[in-house]
Amino acid sequence: MASSALMKPQMCGLLARCLQFHIVGTFIASLGVAALYKFAVAEPRKKAYADVYRNYDSMKDFEEMKKAGIFQSAK
Amino acid sequence: MLSRAAWSVVLRRGGLGTRGKHSLEDSGKTWTRKMPPYTNYHAQRSYPMPDEPFCTELNAEQRALKEKEKGSWTQLSHAEKVALYRLQFHETFAEMNRRSNEWKTVMGCVFFFFGFTGLLIWWQRVYMFPEKPITLTDEWRAKQLQRILDMKANPVQGLASRWDYEKKQWKK
Repeated sequence: MASSALMKPQMCGLLARCLQFHIVGTFIASLGVAALYKFAVAEPRKKAYADVYRNYDSMKDFEEMKKAGIFQSAK
Repeated sequence: MLSRAAWSVVLRRGGLGTRGKHSLEDSGKTWTRKMPPYTNYHAQRSYPMPDEPFCTELNAEQRALKEKEKGSWTQLSHAEKVALYRLQFHETFAEMNRRSNEWKTVMGCVFFFFGFTGLLIWWQRVYMFPEKPITLTDEWRAKQLQRILDMKANPVQGLASRWDYEKKQWKK
């Protein structure tokens, strides 16, 4: 038989290697997505709400809406 | 694809075509191989080893080789092993799994039919569609938007947060 210089392929531990690769990857991916969401979506949203409601005057808002004529029971 | 076992049973019962050795015989000409799809052989990546071998009618030389195969395989030369493989299987894995250009045809047809559908709907819009309902006319939609802004809908991050109430225009 002609002998060729091929490497012996991986014979055992295939599932274990696959599982480890995917478990580590899953952890990293999910933590990364969670961190990304917190800092790109959640924190700006909290800040936006805080900024709006820090100096919010609800009576003034109500008067503006009444003047615009959207209420049926308060004209 | 119909399950292999069921398909084999159907064929073995002679449900499709003749199962005789010589399927076509006229003026002395004989055809010694059954043509597909009347053979049981079909290999694909997900089902690589069919039940029956590729060549079922063997000539004398091939039958001798099959006899030799029953002995020790170390006695077989490389060419004989390749010949036995070719008897058993139509193509090697590399040949069977070769890629093709079929996807170009498929995508071309898909886009073609997208375009054709677009033309159809355009024609329908010009010749068949009725008048828009009153709520979709521009005047009504402008009044609707003004009412939404008056109600200050979503004032934190949504629509009303983009409207400048002093200058009565969208924020830059």
